[in-house]
Amino acid sequence: MIKDPVIEVIDFNFYYGDKRALTDVNVKIEKNSVTGIIGPSGCGKSTFLRSINLMNNLILGARYEGKIMLDGENIIHKDVDVVELRRKVGMVFQKSNPFPKSIFENVAYGLRINGIKNKDLISRRIEESLKGAALWEEVKDRLNASAFDLSGGQQQRLCIARALAVEPDILLMDEPASALDPTATIKIEELIQELKKKYTIIIVTHNMQQAARVSDYTAFFMMGKLIEYNRTNLMFTNPEFKITEDYITGRFG
Amino acid sequence: MKNRLPLSKKIKEALIHGGFLVNAVLVILVLLGIFVLLIWTSLPAFEQIPLKEFLFSSNWNPTSYVRESYGMLSMLVSSLLVTLGAMIFAVPISIGAAAFISDLASNRVREIAKPVVEILASIPSVVIGFIGITLIGPSIAKVFDLPDGLNAVNGSILLGIMAMPTIISLTEDALKSVPKSYTEASLALGATKWQTIIRVRIPAASSGIIAATMLGMGRAIGETMTVLMATGCAGAMPNSLFDSVKTMTSVIAIELGEVAYGTAHYYALFVVGLALFLITFAVNLAAEIIFNKKQKR
Repeated sequence: MIKDPVIEVIDFNFYYGDKRALTDVNVKIEKNSVTGIIGPSGCGKSTFLRSINLMNNLILGARYEGKIMLDGENIIHKDVDVVELRRKVGMVFQKSNPFPKSIFENVAYGLRINGIKNKDLISRRIEESLKGAALWEEVKDRLNASAFDLSGGQQQRLCIARALAVEPDILLMDEPASALDPTATIKIEELIQELKKKYTIIIVTHNMQQAARVSDYTAFFMMGKLIEYNRTNLMFTNPEFKITEDYITGRFG
Repeated sequence: MKNRLPLSKKIKEALIHGGFLVNAVLVILVLLGIFVLLIWTSLPAFEQIPLKEFLFSSNWNPTSYVRESYGMLSMLVSSLLVTLGAMIFAVPISIGAAAFISDLASNRVREIAKPVVEILASIPSVVIGFIGITLIGPSIAKVFDLPDGLNAVNGSILLGIMAMPTIISLTEDALKSVPKSYTEASLALGATKWQTIIRVRIPAASSGIIAATMLGMGRAIGETMTVLMATGCAGAMPNSLFDSVKTMTSVIAIELGEVAYGTAHYYALFVVGLALFLITFAVNLAAEIIFNKKQKR
């Protein structure tokens, strides 16, 4: 079903110390699509997401096994350039986390750490990124205001703009709308539809309806295992396994 | 049935409450008492010496046979000069050390480094002064080709060392309280650990770091024994960091022991003490305000 994979996860295992959090995950992620990851709390969906940009490295005792192929290269390798990887694979977190800086400086951050000093280029890239995150119209007159002056939904879109500014190929989203009200959530979901034209998006969500609305493919995780992976419309209308159906229909979780 | 506290317990509670209250009040009274004493003993000085002379004359010569003079300016400048030098030297090193301990060191190194920093704070100031005379002084003299190394720079280095434990441990606390989400956001954008510390974590902790610096400064300004030993104690207005200086604390320490009670000189020394108290009080108050502002945000 996947024609043009950008990510290929092969026999992937993840451990927190002695505890295995992910078991034999095999999955391919289609380019320019939205892949939703669903499953009950503690099923390993965030762990899986954070493996793709190696954010789990920050955790003491984290250990990987298997392969995650990105552009034909295995990133589960001790010599991998984590910095380079994270510039290709952007991330948006559950709780919006802008820096205590201005709106402008938040988006410029990724450019500055890359050593870009050209002011015109930075301004242009900031405008593009804020437009890309559907925030430009709301903030264009107050780019020097503190990021904390924005509403929760705006802050989350600012974080998306910040991730877009370094021009990643892939965007990981860890429950990006779970802390937002319904109106702000709809905006983020519309934005995701817009973004997939340019980026490959993987989104973890607790919200079944959200997965159904935004994703092209859905992966259902449970107890560290990938139970079912299919096109979203197929999985939500005709799940292969009983347990998937039980979860999707809200019988547990 | 209501649950009522028995009378005996009530009395006990009241006694405990009262006991702590007395302690708290006592501390405040002692502080207030020092302040009142300083003002009270300073006041007679102004009957004989105009405030203008204290503040704007740099000539301190209370034992002159011709005309006694009580200008505080040169010792005030000396105190500030030595302290400023100490901060220029201590703050960058302390921030670096704190960043290392909180962000870069492995658990084992951290467990060793933290107590070592704390032990540094417990070295008696006279020992630090000793090091200033025997080690740092001669080194300065050699490097800058001076006749001796007992000057403001020497005092600055020593005061810097003495202020460092305070600044390091408070800066480390400030860095520790920077939300983890900032660090994650920065790393996820492809920043290195180093970039994250410099561009996100230290700026986010800046109010705590400023407060830490102020408290370190308060300690440095009031320090006596070290500067007395290491700065050469020349009373003239310093022209550079390589001049010998005599700080406010040195003047009090040297002269108060042998001054005749009740003379203008005696009272004038209390004026110096009062000025010193006001400076350290202002610095500490500023640190407290900055610190509280940060906590409220």
